[in-house]
Amino acid sequence: MTEELNDFAVATRGLTKRFHQQVAVNAVDLLVPRGAVYGFLGPNGSGKTTTIRMLLGLIRPTSGRHRLLGKAMPDHSGDVLPLVGSLVEGPAFHPYLTARANLVRLDSVDRHADPRTTKARVDRALDRVGLLAAAGKKYRAYSLGMRQRLAIAGTLLAPRELLVLDEPTNGLDPQGTREVRHLIGSLADDGATVLVSSHLLSEVEQVCSHIGVMHVGRLLTQGPIAEVRAVGESRARVETDRPEQAARVLRGLGLTDVWFESGLAVGTLGKLAPEKIVAALVQEAVPVTGFAIERPSLEDLFVSLTGEGFNVSG
Amino acid sequence: MSAAEVANAPVARPLRHMSTRFLRSELRLIFGRRRNQAGLGILAVVPLMLAITVKVSTPRPGRGPDFFASITSNGLFVALAALSIELALFLPLAVGAIAGDSVAGEANIGTLRYLLTVPVHRTRLLAVKFAAITIFALAATIWVSLVGAVAGLALFGGGEMTLLSGTQIGMGPAVLRVAMATIYLGVCFASLGAIGLFISTLTEQPIGATIAVVILNVMSFILDSIPELSWLHEWLPTHWWMSFGDVLRDPIAWGDLTRGLLTAAGYMLVFWLAAWARFSDKDVTG
Repeated sequence: MTEELNDFAVATRGLTKRFHQQVAVNAVDLLVPRGAVYGFLGPNGSGKTTTIRMLLGLIRPTSGRHRLLGKAMPDHSGDVLPLVGSLVEGPAFHPYLTARANLVRLDSVDRHADPRTTKARVDRALDRVGLLAAAGKKYRAYSLGMRQRLAIAGTLLAPRELLVLDEPTNGLDPQGTREVRHLIGSLADDGATVLVSSHLLSEVEQVCSHIGVMHVGRLLTQGPIAEVRAVGESRARVETDRPEQAARVLRGLGLTDVWFESGLAVGTLGKLAPEKIVAALVQEAVPVTGFAIERPSLEDLFVSLTGEGFNVSG
Repeated sequence: MSAAEVANAPVARPLRHMSTRFLRSELRLIFGRRRNQAGLGILAVVPLMLAITVKVSTPRPGRGPDFFASITSNGLFVALAALSIELALFLPLAVGAIAGDSVAGEANIGTLRYLLTVPVHRTRLLAVKFAAITIFALAATIWVSLVGAVAGLALFGGGEMTLLSGTQIGMGPAVLRVAMATIYLGVCFASLGAIGLFISTLTEQPIGATIAVVILNVMSFILDSIPELSWLHEWLPTHWWMSFGDVLRDPIAWGDLTRGLLTAAGYMLVFWLAAWARFSDKDVTG
Protein backbone atom coordinates (compact mmCIF):
# COMPACT_ATOMS: atom_id res chain seq x y z
CA MET A 1 0.00 0.00 0.00
CA THR A 2 1.17 3.49 -0.71
CA GLU A 3 2.56 6.01 1.74
CA GLU A 4 -0.45 8.29 1.78
CA LEU A 5 -2.46 5.50 3.37
CA ASN A 6 -0.55 6.38 6.54
CA ASP A 7 -2.92 9.27 6.99
CA PHE A 8 -5.68 6.82 7.67
CA ALA A 9 -6.24 5.32 11.09
CA VAL A 10 -7.74 2.30 9.35
CA ALA A 11 -7.05 1.36 5.75
CA THR A 12 -8.02 -1.95 4.21
CA ARG A 13 -7.52 -3.27 0.69
CA GLY A 14 -9.75 -5.98 -0.65
CA LEU A 15 -10.32 -7.40 2.82
CA THR A 16 -12.21 -10.67 2.39
CA LYS A 17 -13.28 -13.43 4.75
CA ARG A 18 -14.81 -16.66 3.60
CA PHE A 19 -16.24 -19.16 6.08
CA HIS A 20 -16.54 -22.45 4.20
CA GLN A 21 -18.72 -21.50 1.22
CA GLN A 22 -20.14 -18.31 2.65
CA VAL A 23 -18.43 -14.99 1.96
CA ALA A 24 -18.90 -12.98 5.14
CA VAL A 25 -16.82 -9.99 4.05
CA ASN A 26 -16.27 -9.33 0.38
CA ALA A 27 -13.38 -7.16 -0.87
CA VAL A 28 -13.86 -4.34 1.60
CA ASP A 29 -11.75 -1.18 1.16
CA LEU A 30 -12.36 0.62 4.42
CA LEU A 31 -10.77 4.06 4.83
CA VAL A 32 -11.04 5.79 8.20
CA PRO A 33 -9.21 9.14 8.23
CA ARG A 34 -7.33 10.07 11.38
CA GLY A 35 -9.46 12.07 13.74
CA ALA A 36 -12.72 10.90 12.20
CA VAL A 37 -15.71 9.48 13.99
CA TYR A 38 -16.56 6.80 11.49
CA GLY A 39 -20.00 5.22 11.65
CA PHE A 40 -19.73 1.68 10.38
CA LEU A 41 -23.30 0.88 9.52
CA GLY A 42 -25.19 -2.12 8.33
CA PRO A 43 -27.89 -4.50 9.39
CA ASN A 44 -27.16 -7.44 11.68
CA GLY A 45 -25.27 -10.06 9.73
CA SER A 46 -23.88 -7.67 7.13
CA GLY A 47 -20.24 -8.41 8.02
CA LYS A 48 -19.38 -5.54 10.35
CA THR A 49 -18.20 -7.67 13.25
CA THR A 50 -16.23 -10.02 10.99
CA THR A 51 -14.50 -6.98 9.47
CA ILE A 52 -13.68 -5.64 12.93
CA ARG A 53 -12.32 -9.04 14.01
CA MET A 54 -10.02 -8.99 11.01
CA LEU A 55 -8.91 -5.42 11.75
CA LEU A 56 -7.85 -6.47 15.25
CA GLY A 57 -6.12 -9.67 14.14
CA LEU A 58 -8.57 -12.01 15.86
CA ILE A 59 -9.31 -13.78 12.61
CA ARG A 60 -7.17 -14.09 9.52
CA PRO A 61 -8.50 -12.59 6.29
CA THR A 62 -8.96 -15.05 3.44
CA SER A 63 -7.42 -12.36 1.24
CA GLY A 64 -6.65 -8.67 1.32
CA ARG A 65 -4.57 -6.66 3.78
CA HIS A 66 -4.91 -3.78 6.13
CA ARG A 67 -3.11 -1.13 8.11
CA LEU A 68 -3.95 0.30 11.50
CA LEU A 69 -2.48 3.69 12.43
CA GLY A 70 -0.26 3.44 9.36
CA LYS A 71 1.28 0.10 10.24
CA ALA A 72 0.73 -3.19 8.46
CA MET A 73 -1.31 -5.73 10.38
CA PRO A 74 -1.01 -8.32 11.73
CA ASP A 75 2.81 -8.01 11.55
CA HIS A 76 2.86 -4.91 13.75
CA SER A 77 0.02 -5.82 16.07
CA GLY A 78 2.40 -5.69 19.03
CA ASP A 79 3.14 -2.00 18.34
CA VAL A 80 -0.28 -0.96 17.13
CA LEU A 81 -2.82 -2.68 19.35
CA PRO A 82 -1.61 -1.00 22.58
CA LEU A 83 -2.83 2.23 20.98
CA VAL A 84 -6.17 0.73 20.01
CA GLY A 85 -9.03 0.32 22.43
CA SER A 86 -11.62 -2.16 21.29
CA LEU A 87 -15.03 -3.50 22.11
CA VAL A 88 -15.81 -6.53 19.98
CA GLU A 89 -19.15 -8.28 19.83
CA GLY A 90 -20.36 -7.34 23.24
CA PRO A 91 -18.75 -7.32 26.68
CA ALA A 92 -16.94 -10.38 28.07
CA PHE A 93 -15.54 -10.63 31.58
CA HIS A 94 -14.99 -13.19 34.31
CA PRO A 95 -18.39 -13.53 35.99
CA TYR A 96 -17.10 -14.34 39.46
CA LEU A 97 -14.75 -11.35 39.62
CA THR A 98 -15.82 -7.83 40.52
CA ALA A 99 -15.91 -5.15 37.86
CA ARG A 100 -12.77 -3.61 39.28
CA ALA A 101 -10.93 -6.95 39.47
CA ASN A 102 -11.84 -7.60 35.85
CA LEU A 103 -10.29 -4.31 34.72
CA VAL A 104 -7.21 -4.96 36.86
CA ARG A 105 -6.96 -8.36 35.15
CA LEU A 106 -7.04 -6.70 31.72
CA ASP A 107 -4.45 -4.18 32.81
CA SER A 108 -2.12 -6.80 34.26
CA VAL A 109 -1.79 -8.66 30.96
CA ASP A 110 -0.83 -5.41 29.20
CA ARG A 111 2.95 -5.27 28.92
CA HIS A 112 2.75 -1.52 28.35
CA ALA A 113 0.80 -0.77 31.51
CA ASP A 114 2.48 0.69 34.56
CA PRO A 115 1.38 -1.34 37.60
CA ARG A 116 1.93 1.65 39.89
CA THR A 117 -0.87 3.58 38.20
CA THR A 118 -3.28 0.68 37.69
CA LYS A 119 -5.61 1.60 40.52
CA ALA A 120 -5.89 5.22 39.45
CA ARG A 121 -6.44 4.35 35.79
CA VAL A 122 -9.02 1.67 36.59
CA ASP A 123 -10.95 4.06 38.83
CA ARG A 124 -10.82 6.84 36.25
CA ALA A 125 -12.11 4.52 33.52
CA LEU A 126 -14.91 3.28 35.79
CA ASP A 127 -15.78 6.84 36.71
CA ARG A 128 -15.90 7.90 33.07
CA VAL A 129 -18.61 5.32 32.31
CA GLY A 130 -20.46 5.95 35.56
CA LEU A 131 -19.67 2.63 37.24
CA LEU A 132 -17.44 3.76 40.08
CA ALA A 133 -20.18 3.23 42.65
CA ALA A 134 -20.82 -0.33 41.40
CA ALA A 135 -17.13 -1.23 40.98
CA GLY A 136 -17.15 -3.74 43.83
CA LYS A 137 -20.05 -5.76 42.47
CA LYS A 138 -19.42 -9.09 40.80
CA TYR A 139 -19.72 -8.97 37.02
CA ARG A 140 -22.31 -11.74 37.27
CA ALA A 141 -24.66 -9.30 39.02
CA TYR A 142 -24.30 -6.63 36.34
CA SER A 143 -27.15 -5.76 33.99
CA LEU A 144 -26.53 -5.80 30.24
CA GLY A 145 -26.24 -2.03 30.20
CA MET A 146 -23.66 -2.05 33.01
CA ARG A 147 -21.70 -4.81 31.26
CA GLN A 148 -21.62 -2.72 28.11
CA ARG A 149 -20.33 0.27 30.07
CA LEU A 150 -17.68 -1.88 31.73
CA ALA A 151 -16.47 -3.04 28.32
CA ILE A 152 -16.18 0.60 27.25
CA ALA A 153 -14.28 1.31 30.48
CA GLY A 154 -11.89 -1.46 29.45
CA THR A 155 -11.00 0.47 26.32
CA LEU A 156 -10.21 3.56 28.38
CA LEU A 157 -7.51 2.04 30.63
CA ALA A 158 -4.78 3.58 28.51
CA PRO A 159 -4.50 6.56 26.18
CA ARG A 160 -5.68 5.45 22.73
CA GLU A 161 -5.22 6.77 19.23
CA LEU A 162 -7.96 4.59 17.82
CA LEU A 163 -11.12 3.19 19.38
CA VAL A 164 -12.96 0.37 17.68
CA LEU A 165 -16.40 0.09 19.22
CA ASP A 166 -18.62 -2.68 17.92
CA GLU A 167 -22.27 -1.89 18.75
CA PRO A 168 -21.38 0.06 21.92
CA THR A 169 -24.98 1.02 22.64
CA ASN A 170 -26.36 -2.51 22.50
CA GLY A 171 -28.54 -3.11 25.53
CA LEU A 172 -28.36 0.46 26.75
CA ASP A 173 -31.45 2.48 27.58
CA PRO A 174 -31.99 5.85 25.83
CA GLN A 175 -30.17 7.64 28.64
CA GLY A 176 -27.21 5.24 28.39
CA THR A 177 -27.19 5.63 24.62
CA ARG A 178 -26.97 9.40 24.99
CA GLU A 179 -24.11 9.01 27.44
CA VAL A 180 -22.18 6.74 25.10
CA ARG A 181 -22.73 9.18 22.26
CA HIS A 182 -21.44 11.95 24.47
CA LEU A 183 -18.45 9.81 25.45
CA ILE A 184 -17.62 9.13 21.80
CA GLY A 185 -17.76 12.86 21.17
CA SER A 186 -15.41 13.61 24.06
CA LEU A 187 -12.96 10.89 22.97
CA ALA A 188 -12.91 12.39 19.49
CA ASP A 189 -12.30 15.80 21.03
CA ASP A 190 -9.24 14.34 22.75
CA GLY A 191 -7.92 13.55 19.28
CA ALA A 192 -8.75 9.85 19.04
CA THR A 193 -10.12 8.30 15.90
CA VAL A 194 -13.32 6.37 16.57
CA LEU A 195 -14.70 3.54 14.48
CA VAL A 196 -18.16 2.79 15.79
CA SER A 197 -20.36 0.11 14.32
CA SER A 198 -24.10 0.06 14.66
CA HIS A 199 -27.19 -1.43 13.16
CA LEU A 200 -29.18 1.55 14.40
CA LEU A 201 -28.71 4.36 11.91
CA SER A 202 -30.27 7.17 13.87
CA GLU A 203 -28.03 6.47 16.84
CA VAL A 204 -24.86 7.11 14.94
CA GLU A 205 -25.97 9.82 12.59
CA GLN A 206 -25.57 12.57 15.15
CA VAL A 207 -21.98 11.88 16.23
CA CYS A 208 -20.31 10.75 13.03
CA SER A 209 -18.14 12.76 10.70
CA HIS A 210 -17.84 9.83 8.28
CA ILE A 211 -19.92 6.80 7.50
CA GLY A 212 -19.53 3.53 5.68
CA VAL A 213 -22.45 1.30 4.84
CA MET A 214 -22.16 -2.49 4.78
CA HIS A 215 -24.63 -4.81 3.14
CA VAL A 216 -24.26 -8.57 2.67
CA GLY A 217 -20.49 -8.43 3.14
CA ARG A 218 -19.87 -5.49 0.84
CA LEU A 219 -19.03 -1.89 1.66
CA LEU A 220 -21.61 -0.05 -0.44
CA THR A 221 -20.44 3.49 0.18
CA GLN A 222 -18.25 5.51 2.51
CA GLY A 223 -17.00 9.02 3.03
CA PRO A 224 -17.72 12.22 4.93
CA ILE A 225 -21.32 12.07 6.04
CA ALA A 226 -22.38 15.12 4.00
CA GLU A 227 -20.86 13.68 0.81
CA VAL A 228 -22.39 10.27 1.29
CA ARG A 229 -25.79 11.78 1.83
CA ALA A 230 -25.39 14.11 -1.15
CA VAL A 231 -25.09 11.04 -3.33
CA GLY A 232 -28.53 10.04 -2.18
CA GLU A 233 -31.71 11.22 -3.76
CA SER A 234 -31.97 14.76 -2.38
CA ARG A 235 -35.06 16.51 -3.56
CA ALA A 236 -35.66 20.17 -4.31
CA ARG A 237 -38.96 21.51 -3.04
CA VAL A 238 -40.22 24.81 -4.46
CA GLU A 239 -43.17 26.61 -2.94
CA THR A 240 -44.77 28.94 -5.45
CA ASP A 241 -48.18 30.02 -6.74
CA ARG A 242 -47.12 28.96 -10.26
CA PRO A 243 -46.15 25.33 -9.69
CA GLU A 244 -46.60 24.23 -13.29
CA GLN A 245 -44.08 26.80 -14.54
CA ALA A 246 -41.70 25.93 -11.73
CA ALA A 247 -41.94 22.25 -12.65
CA ARG A 248 -41.01 23.11 -16.22
CA VAL A 249 -37.90 24.97 -15.00
CA LEU A 250 -36.92 22.01 -12.83
CA ARG A 251 -37.25 19.60 -15.76
CA GLY A 252 -35.25 22.03 -17.90
CA LEU A 253 -32.43 21.91 -15.33
CA GLY A 254 -32.34 18.11 -15.55
CA LEU A 255 -34.18 17.21 -12.34
CA THR A 256 -35.95 13.88 -12.46
CA ASP A 257 -39.21 12.57 -11.00
CA VAL A 258 -40.66 16.09 -11.16
CA TRP A 259 -44.22 16.53 -10.01
CA PHE A 260 -46.39 19.44 -8.86
CA GLU A 261 -49.58 20.22 -7.08
CA SER A 262 -51.19 23.40 -5.90
CA GLY A 263 -48.53 25.73 -4.49
CA LEU A 264 -45.72 23.16 -4.75
CA ALA A 265 -43.25 21.69 -7.24
CA VAL A 266 -40.83 18.87 -6.33
CA GLY A 267 -37.97 17.21 -8.24
CA THR A 268 -35.10 14.87 -7.52
CA LEU A 269 -31.88 16.85 -7.45
CA GLY A 270 -29.32 14.47 -8.87
CA LYS A 271 -25.84 16.04 -9.12
CA LEU A 272 -27.13 19.57 -9.65
CA ALA A 273 -26.00 22.27 -7.22
CA PRO A 274 -29.16 23.50 -5.43
CA GLU A 275 -28.31 27.20 -5.71
CA LYS A 276 -28.62 26.98 -9.51
CA ILE A 277 -32.29 26.14 -9.15
CA VAL A 278 -33.19 29.34 -7.36
CA ALA A 279 -31.23 31.39 -9.88
CA ALA A 280 -33.02 29.70 -12.78
CA LEU A 281 -36.43 30.18 -11.17
CA VAL A 282 -35.77 33.86 -10.61
CA GLN A 283 -34.58 34.22 -14.19
CA GLU A 284 -37.81 32.65 -15.44
CA ALA A 285 -39.74 35.03 -13.18
CA VAL A 286 -41.25 32.27 -11.09
CA PRO A 287 -42.25 33.78 -7.74
CA VAL A 288 -40.60 31.62 -5.11
CA THR A 289 -42.19 31.79 -1.66
CA GLY A 290 -40.23 28.90 -0.24
CA PHE A 291 -37.31 26.69 -1.25
CA ALA A 292 -35.91 23.65 0.49
CA ILE A 293 -33.55 20.77 -0.19
CA GLU A 294 -34.88 17.62 1.44
CA ARG A 295 -31.96 15.42 2.24
CA PRO A 296 -32.72 11.75 2.59
CA SER A 297 -32.30 10.20 6.00
CA LEU A 298 -29.66 7.48 6.27
CA GLU A 299 -32.56 5.09 6.27
CA ASP A 300 -33.73 6.41 2.88
CA LEU A 301 -30.15 6.29 1.63
CA PHE A 302 -29.79 2.69 2.65
CA VAL A 303 -33.03 1.74 0.96
CA SER A 304 -31.93 3.49 -2.22
CA LEU A 305 -28.57 1.67 -2.14
CA THR A 306 -29.86 -1.79 -1.45
CA GLY A 307 -33.48 -1.76 -2.46
CA GLU A 308 -34.45 -3.10 0.92
CA GLY A 309 -35.23 -1.82 4.37
CA PHE A 310 -32.37 -1.39 6.78
CA ASN A 311 -33.53 -3.76 9.45
CA VAL A 312 -33.97 -6.64 7.07
CA SER A 313 -31.06 -8.92 7.92
CA GLY A 314 -28.64 -9.36 5.05
CA MET B 1 -0.15 14.64 10.60
CA SER B 2 2.32 13.87 7.83
CA ALA B 3 2.97 10.37 6.62
CA ALA B 4 6.56 10.42 7.87
CA GLU B 5 5.50 11.64 11.28
CA VAL B 6 2.96 8.89 11.59
CA ALA B 7 5.36 6.20 10.45
CA ASN B 8 7.86 7.23 13.11
CA ALA B 9 5.34 7.85 15.82
CA PRO B 10 6.62 6.13 18.95
CA VAL B 11 4.43 3.84 20.98
CA ALA B 12 3.20 6.21 23.65
CA ARG B 13 3.64 3.72 26.47
CA PRO B 14 6.97 1.98 27.00
CA LEU B 15 7.16 -1.80 26.94
CA ARG B 16 7.92 -3.41 30.29
CA HIS B 17 10.15 -6.40 30.00
CA MET B 18 10.09 -9.52 32.14
CA SER B 19 6.93 -8.68 33.99
CA THR B 20 5.32 -11.49 35.97
CA ARG B 21 2.00 -9.63 36.26
CA PHE B 22 0.21 -11.85 33.74
CA LEU B 23 1.32 -15.04 35.51
CA ARG B 24 0.36 -13.65 38.91
CA SER B 25 -3.01 -12.65 37.50
CA GLU B 26 -3.50 -16.20 36.18
CA LEU B 27 -2.63 -17.68 39.57
CA ARG B 28 -5.07 -15.31 41.27
CA LEU B 29 -7.78 -16.45 38.85
CA ILE B 30 -7.02 -20.12 39.49
CA PHE B 31 -6.56 -20.05 43.25
CA GLY B 32 -9.17 -17.35 43.84
CA ARG B 33 -11.93 -19.29 42.15
CA ARG B 34 -14.38 -20.99 44.51
CA ARG B 35 -14.65 -24.08 42.33
CA ASN B 36 -10.90 -24.64 42.52
CA GLN B 37 -10.74 -23.95 46.24
CA ALA B 38 -13.46 -26.56 46.74
CA GLY B 39 -11.47 -28.96 44.56
CA LEU B 40 -8.38 -28.49 46.68
CA GLY B 41 -10.54 -29.10 49.74
CA ILE B 42 -11.70 -32.42 48.31
CA LEU B 43 -8.12 -33.39 47.49
CA ALA B 44 -7.28 -32.85 51.17
CA VAL B 45 -10.07 -35.14 52.34
CA VAL B 46 -8.23 -38.27 51.16
CA PRO B 47 -5.12 -37.94 53.37
CA LEU B 48 -7.27 -36.84 56.32
CA MET B 49 -9.65 -39.78 55.99
CA LEU B 50 -6.77 -42.13 55.42
CA ALA B 51 -4.97 -41.02 58.56
CA ILE B 52 -8.09 -41.18 60.69
CA THR B 53 -9.21 -44.55 59.33
CA VAL B 54 -5.85 -46.15 59.96
CA LYS B 55 -5.75 -44.63 63.43
CA VAL B 56 -9.13 -46.00 64.51
CA SER B 57 -8.90 -49.43 62.86
CA THR B 58 -6.85 -52.32 64.18
CA PRO B 59 -3.90 -53.00 61.92
CA ARG B 60 -4.11 -56.20 59.92
CA PRO B 61 -0.55 -57.05 58.97
CA GLY B 62 0.34 -58.38 55.53
CA ARG B 63 -2.38 -56.60 53.59
CA GLY B 64 -2.40 -53.48 51.42
CA PRO B 65 0.37 -51.62 49.62
CA ASP B 66 3.65 -50.95 51.32
CA PHE B 67 2.89 -47.37 52.30
CA PHE B 68 -0.30 -48.29 54.08
CA ALA B 69 1.34 -50.87 56.27
CA SER B 70 4.07 -48.39 57.18
CA ILE B 71 1.77 -45.56 58.23
CA THR B 72 1.66 -46.52 61.87
CA SER B 73 5.47 -46.58 62.04
CA ASN B 74 5.92 -43.07 60.58
CA GLY B 75 3.21 -40.49 59.90
CA LEU B 76 5.01 -39.26 56.78
CA PHE B 77 3.78 -42.38 55.01
CA VAL B 78 0.25 -40.91 55.07
CA ALA B 79 1.47 -38.38 52.48
CA LEU B 80 2.84 -41.11 50.21
CA ALA B 81 -0.21 -43.34 50.62
CA ALA B 82 -2.52 -40.42 49.84
CA LEU B 83 -0.53 -39.59 46.71
CA SER B 84 -0.70 -43.21 45.54
CA ILE B 85 -4.49 -43.17 45.97
CA GLU B 86 -5.01 -39.82 44.29
CA LEU B 87 -2.64 -40.26 41.37
CA ALA B 88 -5.03 -42.43 39.40
CA LEU B 89 -7.98 -40.06 39.26
CA PHE B 90 -8.28 -37.19 41.74
CA LEU B 91 -5.09 -35.29 40.99
CA PRO B 92 -5.32 -35.85 37.21
CA LEU B 93 -8.91 -34.61 37.38
CA ALA B 94 -7.84 -31.47 39.25
CA VAL B 95 -5.05 -30.74 36.77
CA GLY B 96 -7.38 -31.60 33.87
CA ALA B 97 -9.96 -29.10 35.14
CA ILE B 98 -7.40 -26.28 35.24
CA ALA B 99 -5.75 -27.20 31.94
CA GLY B 100 -9.05 -27.78 30.16
CA ASP B 101 -10.22 -24.38 31.33
CA SER B 102 -7.03 -22.56 30.37
CA VAL B 103 -7.86 -21.52 26.82
CA ALA B 104 -11.34 -22.98 26.25
CA GLY B 105 -12.65 -21.26 29.39
CA GLU B 106 -11.51 -17.85 28.16
CA ALA B 107 -12.92 -18.60 24.70
CA ASN B 108 -16.18 -19.76 26.23
CA ILE B 109 -16.91 -16.55 28.10
CA GLY B 110 -15.36 -14.38 25.37
CA THR B 111 -12.50 -12.96 27.43
CA LEU B 112 -10.02 -14.55 25.02
CA ARG B 113 -10.71 -11.92 22.36
CA TYR B 114 -10.14 -9.15 24.88
CA LEU B 115 -6.82 -10.70 25.99
CA LEU B 116 -5.66 -10.92 22.40
CA THR B 117 -6.57 -7.33 21.60
CA VAL B 118 -4.82 -5.88 24.69
CA PRO B 119 -2.63 -7.26 22.98
CA VAL B 120 -1.28 -10.47 24.46
CA HIS B 121 0.86 -12.34 21.95
CA ARG B 122 -0.55 -15.81 21.39
CA THR B 123 2.77 -17.50 22.14
CA ARG B 124 3.04 -15.57 25.39
CA LEU B 125 -0.53 -16.50 26.27
CA LEU B 126 0.23 -20.21 25.86
CA ALA B 127 3.51 -19.90 27.76
CA VAL B 128 1.88 -18.16 30.72
CA LYS B 129 -1.11 -20.52 30.69
CA PHE B 130 1.21 -23.52 30.77
CA ALA B 131 3.34 -22.00 33.52
CA ALA B 132 0.17 -21.51 35.58
CA ILE B 133 -0.95 -25.11 34.92
CA THR B 134 2.48 -26.39 36.01
CA ILE B 135 2.41 -24.31 39.17
CA PHE B 136 -1.09 -25.57 39.95
CA ALA B 137 -0.07 -29.20 39.35
CA LEU B 138 2.88 -28.82 41.72
CA ALA B 139 0.81 -26.90 44.28
CA ALA B 140 -2.02 -29.45 44.29
CA THR B 141 0.40 -32.34 44.71
CA ILE B 142 2.31 -30.55 47.45
CA TRP B 143 -1.00 -29.72 49.12
CA VAL B 144 -2.07 -33.39 49.27
CA SER B 145 1.36 -34.38 50.50
CA LEU B 146 1.47 -31.62 53.08
CA VAL B 147 -1.98 -32.37 54.49
CA GLY B 148 -1.03 -36.06 54.64
CA ALA B 149 2.28 -35.34 56.35
CA VAL B 150 0.77 -33.00 58.93
CA ALA B 151 -2.17 -35.33 59.68
CA GLY B 152 0.14 -38.36 59.78
CA LEU B 153 2.69 -36.75 62.05
CA ALA B 154 -0.08 -35.52 64.33
CA LEU B 155 -1.67 -38.96 64.66
CA PHE B 156 1.30 -41.32 64.35
CA GLY B 157 4.36 -39.20 65.07
CA GLY B 158 7.59 -39.02 63.10
CA GLY B 159 11.04 -40.23 63.86
CA GLU B 160 13.13 -42.71 61.93
CA MET B 161 11.76 -43.90 58.59
CA THR B 162 12.20 -47.44 57.39
CA LEU B 163 12.79 -47.36 53.63
CA LEU B 164 11.37 -49.94 51.22
CA SER B 165 14.80 -51.61 51.12
CA GLY B 166 14.81 -51.92 54.89
CA THR B 167 17.34 -49.19 55.74
CA GLN B 168 16.49 -46.61 58.33
CA ILE B 169 16.95 -42.87 57.78
CA GLY B 170 16.47 -39.91 60.10
CA MET B 171 13.54 -37.50 60.11
CA GLY B 172 15.33 -34.79 58.08
CA PRO B 173 16.32 -37.05 55.18
CA ALA B 174 12.86 -38.67 55.36
CA VAL B 175 11.13 -35.32 54.83
CA LEU B 176 13.48 -34.67 51.91
CA ARG B 177 12.59 -38.04 50.33
CA VAL B 178 8.87 -37.37 50.64
CA ALA B 179 9.38 -33.91 49.13
CA MET B 180 11.27 -35.43 46.20
CA ALA B 181 8.49 -37.94 45.55
CA THR B 182 5.93 -35.13 45.69
CA ILE B 183 7.79 -32.89 43.21
CA TYR B 184 8.32 -35.86 40.90
CA LEU B 185 4.58 -36.54 40.79
CA GLY B 186 3.82 -32.82 40.38
CA VAL B 187 6.00 -32.74 37.27
CA CYS B 188 4.23 -35.86 35.98
CA PHE B 189 0.84 -34.20 36.43
CA ALA B 190 2.10 -31.05 34.71
CA SER B 191 2.82 -33.17 31.64
CA LEU B 192 -0.81 -34.25 31.67
CA GLY B 193 -1.58 -30.52 31.96
CA ALA B 194 0.30 -29.92 28.70
CA ILE B 195 -1.99 -32.41 26.98
CA GLY B 196 -4.92 -30.56 28.56
CA LEU B 197 -3.62 -27.21 27.28
CA PHE B 198 -3.53 -28.61 23.76
CA ILE B 199 -7.06 -30.03 24.01
CA SER B 200 -8.17 -26.70 25.43
CA THR B 201 -7.13 -24.96 22.20
CA LEU B 202 -9.37 -27.30 20.18
CA THR B 203 -12.68 -26.36 21.74
CA GLU B 204 -14.66 -23.60 23.38
CA GLN B 205 -16.13 -26.00 25.93
CA PRO B 206 -13.89 -26.17 29.02
CA ILE B 207 -15.85 -29.05 30.55
CA GLY B 208 -15.40 -31.04 27.34
CA ALA B 209 -11.66 -30.45 27.44
CA THR B 210 -11.49 -31.53 31.09
CA ILE B 211 -13.44 -34.71 30.38
CA ALA B 212 -11.15 -35.47 27.45
CA VAL B 213 -8.09 -35.16 29.70
CA VAL B 214 -9.60 -37.49 32.29
CA ILE B 215 -10.56 -40.03 29.62
CA LEU B 216 -7.04 -39.95 28.18
CA ASN B 217 -5.64 -40.42 31.67
CA VAL B 218 -7.88 -43.41 32.39
CA MET B 219 -7.19 -44.90 28.97
CA SER B 220 -3.48 -44.61 29.61
CA PHE B 221 -3.88 -46.54 32.87
CA ILE B 222 -6.01 -49.20 31.14
CA LEU B 223 -3.56 -49.64 28.27
CA ASP B 224 -0.76 -49.84 30.81
CA SER B 225 -2.47 -52.83 32.41
CA ILE B 226 -2.85 -54.86 29.21
CA PRO B 227 0.20 -57.21 29.00
CA GLU B 228 -0.19 -57.70 25.23
CA LEU B 229 0.60 -54.00 24.78
CA SER B 230 3.82 -54.12 26.80
CA TRP B 231 5.75 -52.53 23.90
CA LEU B 232 3.55 -49.45 24.32
CA HIS B 233 3.73 -49.16 28.09
CA GLU B 234 6.91 -47.19 28.48
CA TRP B 235 5.54 -44.49 26.15
CA LEU B 236 2.28 -43.97 27.99
CA PRO B 237 2.00 -40.66 29.85
CA THR B 238 1.05 -42.33 33.12
CA HIS B 239 3.39 -45.33 32.97
CA TRP B 240 6.17 -43.98 35.18
CA TRP B 241 3.97 -42.26 37.73
CA MET B 242 4.01 -45.12 40.26
CA SER B 243 7.81 -45.02 40.15
CA PHE B 244 7.66 -42.16 42.67
CA GLY B 245 8.13 -44.84 45.34
CA ASP B 246 11.67 -45.36 44.03
CA VAL B 247 12.88 -42.33 45.99
CA LEU B 248 12.26 -44.47 49.09
CA ARG B 249 14.83 -47.07 48.12
CA ASP B 250 18.40 -47.03 49.36
CA PRO B 251 20.11 -45.81 47.34
CA ILE B 252 17.43 -43.97 45.33
CA ALA B 253 16.64 -45.99 42.19
CA TRP B 254 17.12 -43.21 39.65
CA GLY B 255 16.56 -45.31 36.52
CA ASP B 256 12.78 -45.25 36.29
CA LEU B 257 12.56 -41.81 37.87
CA THR B 258 14.78 -40.42 35.14
CA ARG B 259 12.73 -42.17 32.47
CA GLY B 260 9.61 -40.73 34.08
CA LEU B 261 10.98 -37.20 34.07
CA LEU B 262 12.16 -37.51 30.46
CA THR B 263 8.75 -38.85 29.42
CA ALA B 264 7.03 -35.98 31.21
CA ALA B 265 9.36 -33.45 29.56
CA GLY B 266 8.71 -35.05 26.18
CA TYR B 267 4.94 -34.84 26.60
CA MET B 268 5.22 -31.21 27.74
CA LEU B 269 7.31 -30.24 24.75
CA VAL B 270 5.26 -32.07 22.15
CA PHE B 271 1.86 -30.96 23.41
CA TRP B 272 2.90 -27.39 24.11
CA LEU B 273 4.14 -27.16 20.53
CA ALA B 274 0.95 -28.82 19.28
CA ALA B 275 -1.07 -26.24 21.22
CA TRP B 276 1.05 -23.48 19.68
CA ALA B 277 0.68 -24.87 16.16
CA ARG B 278 -3.04 -25.07 16.65
CA PHE B 279 -3.56 -21.75 18.39
CA SER B 280 -1.06 -19.38 16.78
CA ASP B 281 -3.17 -18.72 13.70
CA LYS B 282 -6.55 -19.94 14.86
CA ASP B 283 -9.55 -17.72 14.14
CA VAL B 284 -10.90 -16.48 17.45
CA THR B 285 -14.61 -16.11 16.89
CA GLY B 286 -15.84 -16.79 20.43
